Amino acid sequence: MRRVLALVLAFLGLASADLRAQPLVADLSEHLIAITTGFAGTDVLLFGATEGEGDVIVILRGPESPTIVRRKARIAGIWVNREQVTFTGAPSFYRLAASRPLDEITTPALRARHQIGVDQLRIVPQRSLDPERLAEFRAGLVRNKQAQEFYSTEVGRVSFLGPRLFRTRIYLPPNVPPGSYTAEVLLVRDNQVVAAQTTPMFVSKTGIGAEVFVFAHQHSAVYGLTAILLAVFAGWAASAISRKV
Amino acid sequence: MHVYLPVAEVSLDVFVLIGLGAAIGFLSGLFGVGGGFLVTPLLIFLGVPPAVAAATGANTVIAPSVSGVLSGLRRRGVDFRMGAILLLGGFVGSAASVGLFALLRRIGQIDLVVALSYVLLLGTIGILMLVESLRAWQRRARMAGVTRSKLHHHMWIHGLPLKMRFPRSRLYISALVPAGIGFGVGALSGIMGVGGGFMLVPAMIYVLGMPSSVVVGTSQFQIIFVAANVTFLQSYANQTVDIVLAVVLMIGSVVAAPLGARLGAKLRAEQMRVLLAVLVLGVAGQLAYDLVAPPEDLFSIETRNESISSSAGQ
Repeated sequence: MRRVLALVLAFLGLASADLRAQPLVADLSEHLIAITTGFAGTDVLLFGATEGEGDVIVILRGPESPTIVRRKARIAGIWVNREQVTFTGAPSFYRLAASRPLDEITTPALRARHQIGVDQLRIVPQRSLDPERLAEFRAGLVRNKQAQEFYSTEVGRVSFLGPRLFRTRIYLPPNVPPGSYTAEVLLVRDNQVVAAQTTPMFVSKTGIGAEVFVFAHQHSAVYGLTAILLAVFAGWAASAISRKV
Repeated sequence: MHVYLPVAEVSLDVFVLIGLGAAIGFLSGLFGVGGGFLVTPLLIFLGVPPAVAAATGANTVIAPSVSGVLSGLRRRGVDFRMGAILLLGGFVGSAASVGLFALLRRIGQIDLVVALSYVLLLGTIGILMLVESLRAWQRRARMAGVTRSKLHHHMWIHGLPLKMRFPRSRLYISALVPAGIGFGVGALSGIMGVGGGFMLVPAMIYVLGMPSSVVVGTSQFQIIFVAANVTFLQSYANQTVDIVLAVVLMIGSVVAAPLGARLGAKLRAEQMRVLLAVLVLGVAGQLAYDLVAPPEDLFSIETRNESISSSAGQ
């Protein structure tokens, strides 16, 4: 905490000269989230300062990947995957935080333009669908992402410390998908975005985990043989131990 | 304490995984089944992607099977000739099913086919075993083991050509029978992503009529190769084997396998078959319930894998 505080102060000291020119400055406590062998989720702190009146909205988005959504239907008493739709544009991870309730500080048009809220994400089906079915499949996608903790179910809180300094804490769960993220900070005044800043963040595997992953993908055959030999060795060791005991 | 699984891309509690590994090892030692049919659904339940769960489950099963065969060797409890013929059929069968697996996966019905095959097979095998073994148990209680029944019943399969002697199993039967059983089990296990021990053990007892002293070891001998084949193919083609996950599971399983074997040695053959039948029926019941019960969410999602460049660190 002290480290973060020192960081905030140093940052503000550096930034204060420019503050008049920039209505919004923000940064993350960490830009590189290392997934080590013992990774069990972590918090990142986003902090910054505003010039003048306004509310702050923070959006953290993970990389986009094509997502297949399937719907089950009952056939002869059994639940079967019946229909499927592939969507593009779904971020792998999405978190939202705001300094006040969204409907008090934004209009639906503004939320749509800046993709504020999971219902506003530009998730596009790869084939044409009637609007009703599209809405159902879309809701299915969001619900599943929320169940896996990839999308937030509620809006986090951006808290102001005094009139200008703000901060928010974003939780990254143990299953956070690796990739390049963006943290978008919006300064909203009278239902208008008056300033915006985007900060990158990387989530990547490091250490043994990263090496195992690269090994598995680049030397697949050797990796497979290694896996088999490890298992055979473990079995032999167990047998040798149990004979001694 | 959490451990990050780099291929599954999730972080799970180490002790839960070791406990799961111990359960697999215990079953393997007791019954000679690999435990793949239990470990795969449990890993999926913990949040491991299904493809990684099935492939890593196969890898894990190798360890207790190796230690089982090694201890079986000392008791002369492995029929290598029988195992080799079962295996030959198994390889042909699993190769035949690879194409079918890919097709089912593409149309999104793999889960259904797997679940249905499980329910039908486990249900049938479980009920047959339970009825037979309970009857045997009763008979023994009544006669106190005075009379000795025939080693096995004679059926049409004993009229097939290519007869072969299996001294370890005290059998003289056509090689086509174990080869055919191996083929069927291999084809199904290729689709279901399991070693097939739970199908093989009953088949060896009831169809081949092998003495139960060699059933466990021979089944484990066959499972080593089937599981190693699955591990290699999955690593090579799909990169779905998670070594870190496998190692953690194996720690539990190698510790528990000798305990299972010790209990197995104390039980009588029909008691063991009753237990295995109850276990198999339990799993079948759970899967059947999942098929007919209304799902919590009608929708499910699958995210396409990221390319290596975007997900691997520097």
